[in-house]
Amino acid sequence: MSEPHVGIIVIEDEANIRRFIKLALETEGFQVFEADSVQRGLIEAATRRPDLAILDLGLPDRDGSEFIKDLRSWSDLPIIVLSARTAETDKVAALDAGADDYLTKPFGAAELLARVRAHLRRRHRGEGGSSLVEFGRLKVDLSRRSIEREGVPLHLTPIEYRLFAYLISNPDCVLTHRQLLKNVWGPSHVEDTHYVRVYMGQLRKKIEDDPSRPRHILNEAGVGYRFVLGAL
Amino acid sequence: MTIDGRPDPDQLLARVQAAEARAARGRLKVFFGASAGVGKTYAMLGAAQRQKELGIDVVIGVVETHGRKETEALVAGLERLPPREIPHRGQLLKEFDLDAALERHPALMLMDELAHTNAPGSRHPKRWQDVHELLDAGIDVYTTVNVQHLETLNDVVSGIAGIRVWETVPDHVFDAADEVVLVDLPPDDLLQRLKEGKVYLPQQAERAIRNFFRKGNLIALRELALRRTADRVDHEMLAYRRETSAGAVWQTRDALLVCIGPGGGAERLVRTGARMASRLEAPWHAIHAETAAPGPQADSGHLRIFRTLELAESLGARTLSLTAEDPVAALVGYAREHNLSRLLVGRDHPRPWRPWYRSMADRIGHAAPDLDVIQVAREDAREAATPGSVNVLRAPFDGIGYLKAAAICAGVTLLATPLVNVVEVTNIAMLFLLAVLMVAIRLGRGPALAAAFMAVAAFDFFFVPPRFTFAVSDAKFVMTFVVMFIVAVIVGQLTARYKQNAEVAARREGQARALYEMARDLSAALLPLQVEEACSRFLQAEFDAGAALLLTDADDRLQLATPKVGAGRTASIDAGVARWAFDHGEAAGLGTDTLPGSALLYLPLKAPMRTRGVLAIAPRDPLRVQEPEARRQLETFASLVAIAVERMHYVEVAQNTLVQMESEGLRNSLLAAISHDLRTPLAVLVGLAESMALTQPPPTGAQARIATTLQEEARRMSAQVNNLLDMARLQAGKVKLNRQWQPLEEVIGSALQANQNALADHAIEIDLPEDLPLLEFDAVLIERVLANLLENAAKYTPRGTRIDIGAALNGGDVEVWVEDNGPGLPKGREETLFQKFERGTREGTTSGVGLGLAICQAIVNAHGGKIRAENRATGGARFVFSLPRGTPPTIGAEDPGEENGEPA
Repeated sequence: MSEPHVGIIVIEDEANIRRFIKLALETEGFQVFEADSVQRGLIEAATRRPDLAILDLGLPDRDGSEFIKDLRSWSDLPIIVLSARTAETDKVAALDAGADDYLTKPFGAAELLARVRAHLRRRHRGEGGSSLVEFGRLKVDLSRRSIEREGVPLHLTPIEYRLFAYLISNPDCVLTHRQLLKNVWGPSHVEDTHYVRVYMGQLRKKIEDDPSRPRHILNEAGVGYRFVLGAL
Repeated sequence: MTIDGRPDPDQLLARVQAAEARAARGRLKVFFGASAGVGKTYAMLGAAQRQKELGIDVVIGVVETHGRKETEALVAGLERLPPREIPHRGQLLKEFDLDAALERHPALMLMDELAHTNAPGSRHPKRWQDVHELLDAGIDVYTTVNVQHLETLNDVVSGIAGIRVWETVPDHVFDAADEVVLVDLPPDDLLQRLKEGKVYLPQQAERAIRNFFRKGNLIALRELALRRTADRVDHEMLAYRRETSAGAVWQTRDALLVCIGPGGGAERLVRTGARMASRLEAPWHAIHAETAAPGPQADSGHLRIFRTLELAESLGARTLSLTAEDPVAALVGYAREHNLSRLLVGRDHPRPWRPWYRSMADRIGHAAPDLDVIQVAREDAREAATPGSVNVLRAPFDGIGYLKAAAICAGVTLLATPLVNVVEVTNIAMLFLLAVLMVAIRLGRGPALAAAFMAVAAFDFFFVPPRFTFAVSDAKFVMTFVVMFIVAVIVGQLTARYKQNAEVAARREGQARALYEMARDLSAALLPLQVEEACSRFLQAEFDAGAALLLTDADDRLQLATPKVGAGRTASIDAGVARWAFDHGEAAGLGTDTLPGSALLYLPLKAPMRTRGVLAIAPRDPLRVQEPEARRQLETFASLVAIAVERMHYVEVAQNTLVQMESEGLRNSLLAAISHDLRTPLAVLVGLAESMALTQPPPTGAQARIATTLQEEARRMSAQVNNLLDMARLQAGKVKLNRQWQPLEEVIGSALQANQNALADHAIEIDLPEDLPLLEFDAVLIERVLANLLENAAKYTPRGTRIDIGAALNGGDVEVWVEDNGPGLPKGREETLFQKFERGTREGTTSGVGLGLAICQAIVNAHGGKIRAENRATGGARFVFSLPRGTPPTIGAEDPGEENGEPA
C-alpha cells in the first residue's frame, strides 16, 4: 500500500521511539517529519503541512494539550497522541483539546499503523461527504434519519439518535464523555457523565449483537468511547 | 415552657438525651428503710436471687449478713467479690475492691450500706462514690440506705433520736436512683425482732443504740422514711405528668440563694436551703460574701466556711465565695445577676447592747425591697455571727505599732513642754490631736486608739492644770478628750478600711497580672517544657505550689514518665490517681471527692477537642488549693494550659502533615521518574522488535521468531513494571479514585477487550441481572481488577474451558465474580493468595510475579469493597469482589413521543 505525498509529523522527545515510529511509517510509504519539542513541532507542522500528527504528551518544553489547541486554531488534521498508562487525565485533556485518538505506550508498530490508516481513511471519506453508512448488519442513512437492521427499521429515542449520529460522524475517534455530553445534551450537562453511560448502554443493546462484548461502540475506560465501523 | 401546654422542644430533647444517658448507665435500685433491722439486706438478696434465676449475672460486692441465718441462706449461690485488704495502723481492713469489680463487670452488683465510709487509702472516701463509678461503667447496682443516712434528714433525725450519724449519703444520690423500694416493718415487729436478737448491734455502742430503738423514735423514723418515699413518688408522678404532658402544671422556678456567714449555724442554713430547693424543685446557690481577702493563714473560721460551701456543693448547690467591700451589695448583685428571687439568711440574734445594729435580713431588705428574704434560725446562738459581717476587719495585733504610738506621744509631750507658758493649753491639745491623726494614718486603728488614750493621759497629766495630776479643773478639757477619742476612732477606722481596700486591690491586680503573664507565656510556648515552666512559675507565685504536667502520647495515652513535681517538693505523682483524673475528666486527689488523702491535686487538662493530660499540683499548704475560689482559679488555669497544649498538638499535626506532604510529593516524583525511565526503553523495545518484521528484506523464519519472542518478553516485562508501579502507587495510599456512576457492563466489556489475546482460547459467559443499578467506581481501576482476574483465569486453566462472569445484588453491595473451570485453588491458601508475590502454585512454569491479586485487593478495598477467593463446588476457582451500592443518581425520563429525532 503506497500513499505518496502523505506526510506525517512525529513530535516525540525520545529519539529511539521516534526512530521506530519513523521506521514503521516509512515502510508504509509515508513521509515522516520529526520534531523533539512543541516549539519545533509547531514550526514543522506549519511549514510541512502534514496530513497527520503523532504527538507525545510528555514533551520537555510545553504541555501537549497546548500544541493541540495551537494546531487546531488553524488546522483540522488528525492528531494521535502517545501517552503513558495511568495518565487518563492527560489523555482526556488532550482529547478535549481536539486530539482524535490516543495510543498507550508501549504499543506495537502494527497497532500504530492501523490507527494511522484509519484516520487517514476517515479524512478522505470526510472530504467525500457521504451520509450513507453500512456496518455489521446495519444500514444507516443520516440524511433520511433511517436505521435498518437487515432491512428491519430500528427505532431510537431522540437522544439515542443524536448520540448515534454523533458517533457515526466521528468514526475511529476517541470521544470523551465531556465531548459527547456537550454535543448531544448541550453545554449545561457536561458534568452528568452517567447520562452518556446509560444511553450508551441502551444504544449498545439496540445496535450491538452482543451488548456485553461490543464490536462497534467500544469503551475506553476512564476516557470515553470509540466508534468503529469494523475491526481496526 | 410553652403557652399552649405542649412541652418545649428543648426540654423534650433534654429528656431524650437524659434517657439515652440513663440507658448507657447502670440502674440504681435502693432498698430504703427506717432503721437498721427492718430487713433491707434480706429484701435486696431476695431480689438478687430472683434476678439470678432469670439468668442475670449477679455478683455480691459487699453484703453484711451479721451472721443472721435467713440472710446467709440467701447469700448462698451468689458469686462474691473477694474484698481488698488495706493495711491501716497495723491492722488489715477489708474493703470493697472497686477495680476488681470493674474488671469483673457483672450485670448486677450488690452493694450493702450505701452510706459506708471507705477505709483510708481507698480511691473514694465514700461507698456511694464507688457505686457511682460502677453505674458509670454500666453495671446495675442494688444497695441499702437507712433514712437517717440521708444528708438533709441528718439534722432532723439527730433532733429526734439524739444520735448523730456521720456516715451520710447526699440526697442527690438517693434522688437519682432509678428505683426505691421501701422496706417497711412496724415498730412493734422490729422491737420483737430486737428482743429475739435478730437485729445486729455493735457491742461497743449497745447502750446508745438500745436508747435509739425506743418505740417513739422508731415511729418517727418510720414516718420520715415513708414521707421521703412518698415525696419521691410525688416526684416521679410529676415527672410522668411532664412526660405525658397531660395538663401538666408548669411552675415558675424560684431559685434560692443561701447566704453563708462565718458562724457555726451555717450548716443548718445550708441543709434547710437544700430541703427548700428540693421541695421547690428549684436550683440553688450558696454564697459566702466577705469584706476582706482571706489571708494565707486560713483560720478555723475560714476552714469552716470552706467546709460549709463544700457541703452545699455536695447537696447540689452552686457555690461561690465573694470578696467585696459591701457584702450586702455583692449578695444582692449576685442574686439579680442569676435571677434568684429568694434569699436565705441566718437569723441574727437581737443585740441589746448595740441597738443601732441592723440584721443582715434588714440590710438586704433595705438594699433590695423586691427580693424575698427568709430568715432561718441558727443552731447555736453562741456561735452566731453576722453573715458577711465586718469582723474580718480586725487587724492582727501589731506590737511595734503600739510602741511607735507611745513613742510619738512621748515625743509630742517633750516637744510641748517648753511651750507650756508660751502658748495656750488648748493649742497644745492641737499638737496631741495631730499626733493621734498621724498615728491613725500610719499605724491603723488599734495604735490610734492607744495613742488617743496616751495623748489624753499625757495632756491631762503634764499640761492641764493642775499639772502632774490626772485631776481636771476645767470642764472644757473633757470636751477636748472626747474630740480626741472620736477623731482617733474615725480616722483609724477609715485608714484601716483604706489600707484593706488597697491590699485587696493589690492582691487582685497581682492575680490578674500573674494570670496575664502566664497566659502570655503559654501563648508563646512551643514546647511542652515551656508550658511546664509557665505552669510552675505561676503556681509557685500564686499558690506556693509545685507543678508537673502529664501529657498524652501520640496514641492519646497518658504518659506517666515525668519524674518530679516542682523543685524541692517531695511528693511524688501517684500514677493511679493521675490516670483516674485523666480517664474521668474530673479533678482527683487532694481536697476532692476522689482519694482526698493524696498529697497532690490532679486536674485534668480538658481542651475543646479532648482531655490532653493531667496537671499535678503539690501545694506547700494543702488548704491553699482547697478553697472553692482557689479551685476555680486553678481550673481556669488548667483549661488555659489545656488549650496551650492542644494548640501545640495541632502545630505538631500541621508540621507532620507538611513533612508528610513533602515526602508524598517526593515519592510521587520518584515514581513518575522511575516509571518514565523504565517504560520508555520498554516502549522502544516493543516497538523496534515489532518493526523488525517490517524491515526490507523481510526477516527469515529464525529471525522472525527471535523478533516475536523479543516483543513478547518486552511486553511481559512492561506488564510487570506496570504491576510494580501500580502496587507502589496503591501502597502509598494516595491513589485518587476517579469515581463515577456507570454500568458494570461497560468495564466488563473493556476488560474483555483488553485481554482479547489471552482469552482467545476460552469461552466467556456473561450473566448480569437486568436490574443491576449503576455503580460508583473508578472505571480504569475496576477494569484492571477484572482484567487481572480474567488474565489469571486464562493463565491457570486449560485451553477451551469456560470462564463465567456474573454479578448479583447482595444487601447493600453488588457482588461481581469471575469463575473458571480449571483445577481450582490449593486448599487453605485462599487468603494468602492476595498477599504480594503469592501464586497458586509454588514453582510453576506460568509467569508473573504474583502482584495481580494484591493489586486487585488494594483497588477493591479502596472502593470500600471486599475480595475473596474460593473453590467452586463443581470444581474450578471463583473470585468474588463486592462494591457498595450507594444511591445512584436519577436520570430524567426521556419523552418517548419522538423517534429517531422526529415526531412519531
